[in-house]
Amino acid sequence: MTKNLRVKTSKFIDETYRISFKFNGKTYYGFKGDTLASALLANDIHLVGRSFKYHRPRGIMTAGSEEPNAIVQLHHNTSRTEPNVRATEIEIYEGLEASSQNCWPSVNFDIGGINNFLSPVLPAGFYYKTFMWPASFWKKYEYFIRKSAGLGKSPTKPDPDVYEHKYIHCDVLIIGAGISGIIAAKTAAKNGFKTLLVEEKPYLGGSTIYQNSEHFKINNQISSSWLEKEINEIKKIKNLEIKIRTSVAAFYGYNYLLARENLTDHFPLEQRNNKTRHRLLKIRAKKVITATGSLERPLIFDNNDRPGILLSSAIEKYANFFGTACGEKNALFTNNDSAYETAISLYQKGINIEAVVDNREEIDSKLIKETEKNNIKVYKGYTVINTSGYKRINNITIMKLSKDGQKVIGPKISIKCDCLGISGGWTPAVHLFTQSGGKLKFREDDQVFIPNKYPLNQISIGSCNGDFTLDEILLNIIKTLKEFLNIKKIEYENLEVRSSFNKSKKNIWLLPSDKMIGKTKPFVDYQNDATAKDIKLALREGFRSIEHVKRYTTTGMGTDQGKLGNMHALGIISETSGSKMEELGTTTFRPPYTPLTFGTIVGRNVGEYFDIFRKTPIHEWHIENKAEFENVGQWKRAWYYPKEGESMHDAVQRESKAARDSAGILDASTLGKIDIQGTDSSEFLNRIYTNAWSKLAVGKCRYGLMLNEDGMVYDDGVTTRLDENHYIMTTTTGGAATVLGKLEDYLQTEWPELDVYLTSVTDHYATVSVCGPNSKKIISKVIPDLDFSDKNFPHMSFKNTKIGKIKCRIMRISFTGEHSYEINVQANYGKSVWEKCMKAGKEFNITPYGTETMHLLRAEKGFIIVGQDTDATMTPIDLQMNWIVSKKKYDFIGKRSLYRSDTIREDRKQLVGLLTENPDEVLEEGAQIVADINKSPVEMLGHVTSSYYSPNLKKSIALAVVRGGKNMMGHKLIIPMEKKQINVTVADPVFLDKENKRLNA
Amino acid sequence: MFIINCPYCGEREQSEFKAGGEAHIVRPKQPTELSDDEWAEYLFMRKNIKGIQFERWVHTHGCRKWFNMIRDTSNDEIKAVYKMGDKPPIK
Repeated sequence: MTKNLRVKTSKFIDETYRISFKFNGKTYYGFKGDTLASALLANDIHLVGRSFKYHRPRGIMTAGSEEPNAIVQLHHNTSRTEPNVRATEIEIYEGLEASSQNCWPSVNFDIGGINNFLSPVLPAGFYYKTFMWPASFWKKYEYFIRKSAGLGKSPTKPDPDVYEHKYIHCDVLIIGAGISGIIAAKTAAKNGFKTLLVEEKPYLGGSTIYQNSEHFKINNQISSSWLEKEINEIKKIKNLEIKIRTSVAAFYGYNYLLARENLTDHFPLEQRNNKTRHRLLKIRAKKVITATGSLERPLIFDNNDRPGILLSSAIEKYANFFGTACGEKNALFTNNDSAYETAISLYQKGINIEAVVDNREEIDSKLIKETEKNNIKVYKGYTVINTSGYKRINNITIMKLSKDGQKVIGPKISIKCDCLGISGGWTPAVHLFTQSGGKLKFREDDQVFIPNKYPLNQISIGSCNGDFTLDEILLNIIKTLKEFLNIKKIEYENLEVRSSFNKSKKNIWLLPSDKMIGKTKPFVDYQNDATAKDIKLALREGFRSIEHVKRYTTTGMGTDQGKLGNMHALGIISETSGSKMEELGTTTFRPPYTPLTFGTIVGRNVGEYFDIFRKTPIHEWHIENKAEFENVGQWKRAWYYPKEGESMHDAVQRESKAARDSAGILDASTLGKIDIQGTDSSEFLNRIYTNAWSKLAVGKCRYGLMLNEDGMVYDDGVTTRLDENHYIMTTTTGGAATVLGKLEDYLQTEWPELDVYLTSVTDHYATVSVCGPNSKKIISKVIPDLDFSDKNFPHMSFKNTKIGKIKCRIMRISFTGEHSYEINVQANYGKSVWEKCMKAGKEFNITPYGTETMHLLRAEKGFIIVGQDTDATMTPIDLQMNWIVSKKKYDFIGKRSLYRSDTIREDRKQLVGLLTENPDEVLEEGAQIVADINKSPVEMLGHVTSSYYSPNLKKSIALAVVRGGKNMMGHKLIIPMEKKQINVTVADPVFLDKENKRLNA
Repeated sequence: MFIINCPYCGEREQSEFKAGGEAHIVRPKQPTELSDDEWAEYLFMRKNIKGIQFERWVHTHGCRKWFNMIRDTSNDEIKAVYKMGDKPPIK
């Protein structure tokens, strides 16, 4: 039978509303208002998990989002399972099922616990040192490392929940609804600002709201009562929006913030259907007030990680807010006054306190006096040197500190306890401040980093700004708010504040022990099992930068991002290496502050909404005719049209053969189209293409190659002169937007004097390409009135005409090497024109073909595809396309780069054709090419860029880039594959119809 | 994420814009007359300063106009924006 540690009723817990939940398969009860952590503690359960490396038993340590140990898996093996959930944050609901992580077979008996005894051979950087050699063994090591790594289990089933994103604009955003945030929100809202207040917890008021001591008073009322009235008032203000359970994850520049609003995680599962689970708020605020409070520091001593050791402030919260004790025999260990607040609270609730151990010797404090008055033993000038109890603390050993705090002296005193509260002072939660670009400074007095230089339009208030006492907080807030919000009067100006807190603190980052450091386990990062010993080892091995020590020891790299121990790591480095904290700085705080689920990040952009896609006006026909599609940029393009029982290979072979034997038809609507007008259009084309354009007659088309200024091929396509000052340019499908962008760039910034206007018309036209020896006959049937003779309508020219009443523009251009026509019509007529061509071509077995066949046909002709046969290192000379580079033109983009010392090298990779020794062997695209397989190391000459089996040539063909390939015609090369070597011969990249006879066939 | 004051459209989110590198690098009028080193200077060499930097930006998802921006790269503060061809309003 478990114990019940619930004490006096708390108004934050509804004891009339009992909730049952399961932890590690066993049923427990808690009340409405409990977190999983508080409900477990009330059932006297501390042991909730095992540590990452040594598998040491670990218990609940905090009462908030900084929790390093109590992270659990929810609803294991269901679609709603979630790993690494902080038990201190999750509110219990009927049917909640949680289980421990990183332990097998159970948290009570964990095989991995053996690592604890192996710890002398598992030092910092263990993995780096051990698994480096022999290198070939890595594959074996990796398997075991992966198996033993990781905390929770990722979900494997689709997420049933719905997530959404929302934009919010406000005048003033306040992060954190503690006493500072409440005051700021009320002030901002009352002065007419559109105000948003967000709070990660499910209630308002921070830690003040459960403060119950006569020692902290505002206007002669206990601070919590005073704050409660304020909260009731702000709830009525119209221009103030309050969002609870909303955690700011990221604070970017220009006051752009991401926050996660949690809407259903506190509902029983059956009530969550059809509701939005999380909402990612994208907030743009004119002004941001950060009031994120501070986190209590642990103390670093031997075995400071046992279940039953909590932050002192957490014990206070469990007593005051959740109405539960954390143990029956409590001890507290502190270096400042905070622990006495806990002591007094516990005393008031009737919870037994064995002792308070304070490392300060002489101290005058009202809180201590009251503690002693209540007959609680206070050990002054003492430190805890060790603890015992494997799965729950049962004893602490204390010794007297020497005057300088460096040693322990005198006899050991043993104190029995089942719970130890530790308090090492407070660390301002500056994470969001630094994320936004703020710079910190180090305050020596109490050893804290506080905000120093702010980015524009934001301010930090309260304890995240380093103000830790009630009177300081209230005094500074008033001043700060008046200035920041530019207001004259604040209602809080004459508050009467009483605070008995004595600010003195004796900060010792690593407390001394009676043992050598090597024999102790003082944990700095609980989740990742990094000890002070590991940090010292890293320093001995030469690491100095805090960023390096972090990565080597893994300090601060867990899901909690070291919210508790990072300061101690810094302090120990500072002390050991003799460098100043200010100079060491902190590690970089990166978003998110607390983990976000993937669902929250993607919102509604899942499944078919993951990305937008573009479809051509003929798309429906392709679907009706069972095309397979491929993604080209954002386009869905018909890839091939398999007939019953056909494989992709079969379909492509059939399509390719049909196109050359009779006729093929392709939807080329996705090609980029740019309309160019203006009196300087010809001059403009001269400057951007490598070839000459001035003499192109109206009505003619020309292929052009576009380079980058560095001489590398950027895009290609056919441009047609429609009129004296009017051209239409086509670009590659994927390059349409970037080409237009580049052209605009040159026009606007380098040549603003040119009279040229560019308009993207890609979507305005549908393009139907009909090719093959029978293409002329087919098009003549569709347009009987037009003279299709080579004289009237030669290759590389265009005609404006009509198909029935539909205006169209026909280009006689070819990407397949066949006699072919490209019909351009207003987009919405695309499908009907396509169908007309299909009907007219029926007697000629007109065959629709997709992009795969298009690629095959052009490869037979050695035509390049920019981006497949080229990357950003190929010049036109490398492509053996010297013919298209004008020698006469004075300048064009990239010209000068074509004779840089590097681009004129003879041994650059150059485009060649490859023929395989065995004509049936098809090469793999991307395969490496070598000349001498026995040379060591093997010299890579290049790689295969395009490869197909050509049904028209009845052999395998390939394009490749080969170093010095231009001069290797006829050479034999080798393509080594995993299980074989393929012999190839370098060939002319034009495999079919070298004389271009088919164009006019 | 910046808020950028496009000289043609006014204040817009950074996601509407694209950065285009260092500003005020003029394309040589006679590239063919330059030595390899001089051409490389134009082609490759950029200052990439920590501090006040002159940059080119384009309002891609807006007016498609290029303009210049003066930005402090150490804290992302935008000091000024001005149209192509205009003199920088500050040094």
